[in-house]
Amino acid sequence: MNISLLLQMAADADPDRVGLVCDGRRWTYGELLKASKGAAVLFRDSGCSHVGLLDESSEAAVLALFGAAMAGIPYVPLNYRLADPDLAALLGRIAPAFMIGDVERIQRLDGDSGHRLNTRADFVAAAEAAAGDIEVADEAGEGIAVQIFTSGTTSAPKAALLRHANLASYIFGTVEFCSASPDDAVLVSVPPYHIAGIAALLSSVYAMRRIALLPAFEPDAWLSLAASEGVTNTFVVPTMLARIIARMDEGLKPDLSGLRAIAYGGGKMPLELIERALQLFPDTDFTNAYGLTETSSTIALLGPQEHRAAFESDDPDARARLASVGRPLPTIELEIRDEEGRPLPAGERGEIYVRGEQVSGEYRERKALDADGWFPTRDAGWLDGEGYLFLAGRADDVIVRGGENISPSEIEEVLLGHPAIADAAAVAVPSAEWGEAVGIAVVARPEQVAPAEDELRELIRARLRSSRVPERVAVLDVLPYNEMGKLLRREIRALFANG
Amino acid sequence: MKPGTRLKSAACDTEVMVIRGADVAVMCGGAPMGDAKPDAPAELDAGFAEGTQMGKRYVDEAGRVELLCVKAGKGSLSIDGEVLRPKEAKTLPSSD
Repeated sequence: MNISLLLQMAADADPDRVGLVCDGRRWTYGELLKASKGAAVLFRDSGCSHVGLLDESSEAAVLALFGAAMAGIPYVPLNYRLADPDLAALLGRIAPAFMIGDVERIQRLDGDSGHRLNTRADFVAAAEAAAGDIEVADEAGEGIAVQIFTSGTTSAPKAALLRHANLASYIFGTVEFCSASPDDAVLVSVPPYHIAGIAALLSSVYAMRRIALLPAFEPDAWLSLAASEGVTNTFVVPTMLARIIARMDEGLKPDLSGLRAIAYGGGKMPLELIERALQLFPDTDFTNAYGLTETSSTIALLGPQEHRAAFESDDPDARARLASVGRPLPTIELEIRDEEGRPLPAGERGEIYVRGEQVSGEYRERKALDADGWFPTRDAGWLDGEGYLFLAGRADDVIVRGGENISPSEIEEVLLGHPAIADAAAVAVPSAEWGEAVGIAVVARPEQVAPAEDELRELIRARLRSSRVPERVAVLDVLPYNEMGKLLRREIRALFANG
Repeated sequence: MKPGTRLKSAACDTEVMVIRGADVAVMCGGAPMGDAKPDAPAELDAGFAEGTQMGKRYVDEAGRVELLCVKAGKGSLSIDGEVLRPKEAKTLPSSD
């Protein structure tokens, strides 16, 4: 099942409905389909092996996604925030590609590996001009629809492959066709190279929402677009929500009365932030979505009623669920397993394994699914008695000190309980005696002084165990995060390794 | 009948895309479906005329077949006389 069918159906059902608003231009579903077909002709005739995007969000991302699908060529949106050497390496891995976006940068980085270079404006104009019907190349959808390089927070970026069947299964399992009313609008502000950006486009097209596309996230622009388009739905990562709320608390108050639903995910949501959001938007539905690139986006979610029930409950177990990622989708099987791959009972921490049609678990380099189709996510977590999933960091982040496994999160939670500490991370540092030991990096709250090293060691010794006591302590102005709010632990580890 | 195969009704406007296929003959409006519409439309059988709805996924009782309706029509989908029913999907909050 080729994912271009989603756009084809939307255009068949209501060609005149506005499907996309970007930079002041409005595109109907009929126009999007026509230009996507034009894009497919360009891609097919180029003879390229990939369609690459190196650009902020725009109509080009939509046309490239669906056009590449029709042409049967993998679509590879690249992270334009990568440093030059990292980006150059990825460009080399997709040559020859039909590249759209920052032509000058590609020329500077890549010399000549046979890419076809197109600015956004040239590509969009050419796609609109190249009218005509195209035979969908891979109607069965057995091929690769999207290739996304993982962010590489722990190792070199892997090329995750999402087949049409994975993405289509996710959309059919979670979205009702044409379920949006003509007035519904979704604000998409996640970058095009993130799985959430791909999923937002596919879901919104199939639901037939009007997509208000923000080229790059910025809180004032977000608030302004949300008001001017009468936005009803949106997806944000926690750092975006924090910045939006900060501007509202500073007095920026556009009319957001139409905002019915906010979904969030992509990183840990601080409890105080979601509680503030629930107060600030009392009539808005909040949904926490947990998923990975390799699972075609969401695999578990905490829905609106569950948010309010947890927020209003006095029962500590129920209230704790506000910090969970909810329960697995009905179409997903999920297990917590120990290091030998044996399923663990509720309450015990282990690695999260998932299985389902939307789960690709496949990289260009290798397939990570086991013989029974289970995907080890490398995320650590546990289930409570009611089946709610709690995340506990990456399995790769576990600190192994003299054979004892230490989860960074248990140390970080203790540190964050200190009134002078705003942010904290625990990582493995090399130790001659133990193999690995604990290193911590802390950030003081504004106008506070970070506690002395001895005080921090004593705090951890008193609350946890002596094996958790850090061997190394660093006080930083800010911890390193990527633009999606993911903590870059390898940078903290490097800090200790180099000094 | 492979995934991605498009079937058209001989008796109405219905078109479906095969999501999960099996070696069975799918009928619509009481007439066999095919790759193309016949020159002369088949008569709509009143026993198979409940209509199809765009975007619904139709399944048989045994779960062998799943068909996505990509164009609505007046006929009902059936296999061996069994009318296919729309798959009841649990309504989920939008997560993206």
